[in-house]
Amino acid sequence: MKDLDPLIFFAVFQEMLGPLLWILLVLVIGGTAAFLILLIKEKGIVAKRLVRAELVGLAGGVLALVLMAKVSSSGFTDAGGPADWFLIALVFGLGLIGTAILVYAAAGWKTLLSGQKS
Amino acid sequence: MTRAPELSDALKTLETVKLDRRAFLALGTAGAGSLLLHPGSARAADKIKTTARIVIAGAGAAGLSAASHLAQQLDGAKITLIDARKEHFYQPGFTLVAAGIKPQEYTVSSTAEYVPAGVELVTERIAEFDPEGNKVVTESGKAFAYDYLIVATGMKLDYAAIDGMDVEQIGKNGLGSIYHSPAGASATWQALSAFADKGGVGVFLRPATEMKCAGAPLKYTFITDDHLRRRGNRGKAEIIYNAHNKAFFSVPIVSEKVRMLFKDRGIKTQMDRVLKSIDLGKRIATFSTPEGTTELPYDFINIIPPMAAPDSVMNSPLPWKTGGWVAEGWLEVNKGTLRHARFPNVFGVGDIAGVPKGKTAASVKWQVPVAVDHLVADIAGKTSDSIYNGYTSCPLITRLGQAMLVEFDYENNLTPSFPGLIAPLEELWISWVMKTMALKPTYISMLRGRA
Repeated sequence: MKDLDPLIFFAVFQEMLGPLLWILLVLVIGGTAAFLILLIKEKGIVAKRLVRAELVGLAGGVLALVLMAKVSSSGFTDAGGPADWFLIALVFGLGLIGTAILVYAAAGWKTLLSGQKS
Repeated sequence: MTRAPELSDALKTLETVKLDRRAFLALGTAGAGSLLLHPGSARAADKIKTTARIVIAGAGAAGLSAASHLAQQLDGAKITLIDARKEHFYQPGFTLVAAGIKPQEYTVSSTAEYVPAGVELVTERIAEFDPEGNKVVTESGKAFAYDYLIVATGMKLDYAAIDGMDVEQIGKNGLGSIYHSPAGASATWQALSAFADKGGVGVFLRPATEMKCAGAPLKYTFITDDHLRRRGNRGKAEIIYNAHNKAFFSVPIVSEKVRMLFKDRGIKTQMDRVLKSIDLGKRIATFSTPEGTTELPYDFINIIPPMAAPDSVMNSPLPWKTGGWVAEGWLEVNKGTLRHARFPNVFGVGDIAGVPKGKTAASVKWQVPVAVDHLVADIAGKTSDSIYNGYTSCPLITRLGQAMLVEFDYENNLTPSFPGLIAPLEELWISWVMKTMALKPTYISMLRGRA
């Protein structure tokens, strides 16, 4: 518990997620970096784009739940108590936020790059 | 008033134990729990130098986990793992295979991939234990002398004790037996699936001996009920659970909860019934009862055989010489330290240990560090105060998609890892998610001594 060994962190998660772990990690790190750089470049948040990204994020939340259901061979319809609703909210929330950041960053960079070209 | 330093230390230890267990279980939910799993690999400088010869009999969950812990803590020890089987079975997955949730391959890997560096694996069967002479002898006649012995042989599934039973028939004619093997679990799923399509009489039971994972017979009864419901055939089926004594589970509060769930699902129950013989052709199971024997015709049956120590242990001086476990041959160990009562350089961990409760992977998880701590202390010329309190856990599946995360100790106390969040007697999806997603990665980490 004293030492944090990233190799073991990866060993356990790779066992759990398989190749998906790498895809998720690339998305999380790459997406966050792209989002942050975009914020700096644009010197702030573009409200209209954020709202759109959040709307797409809703679908991302649902996708996260579907994925979770698939991996656990069950569904959120199996919820039986408050702990289950908490888990569902957590998974949905992570899916929503993750997707919103990715979509916002992708849309922002697209505008930025095409803007530079023209 | 200042707290006495001893008390403060004790509280700190308690806190650590609790956190550690929580970390062990937290994997599937938030995932971040695995960050806490690593106990910190002992650096070479922290290792104890020794030339001790340590033999580990059996390379299942307990043997491999013990080998990993020893290899992490000792420098120069000659550690020998002896086991004839080259495949490693993830036994907690057998229920999921037999439920049609996971493929057979989910439970099979190879022993060699978990053997830590510096530990020798001998793929032979042990024929004789000689604790007076401090050696074990394999079937080929090779003797392995030791300074310390860890017995982790696991147990024998005694199908031969059921008259008329033939393991070759598992999967055919309504005969299931999830414990037999990965292939047996898979064949059982075929038989269950056929039963769920037609309905009829489903017969469930458990043996009167100590057994590994006493929750599994109950889980499979609930799983069968759910498959029948999902196919709309529950009305065409009768499910009968036969308890070997007057309880469904050794922990009274859990037994009572199971009684209520069985009632809720319309599962009939019969107490004091122990399977004696079976007619596989006519599909009739014969049970002993306090009044004599009774016959029960079935369309599907899940056989769980009596369990006992392997012959090599049974015929050695190691088992209990008095008490209720003489016939079953479990190792006579101290239930707190896992040290043998008569041979202090011998320890018993896993299914073979003659301790109350828990022949499960969770028991292994908590037993092995205690036994190893005492063994290493002996080598270092110190004493250890590590104690195993009997903690074990059972994600008791009550339908596909839900389970009760039951955790308890020797004293029948419930010991929930997430009090207030995951209620032990509540049917929850989160507990099912742990069982299906988190347990195997955690188990594998345990084999490698990392959890």
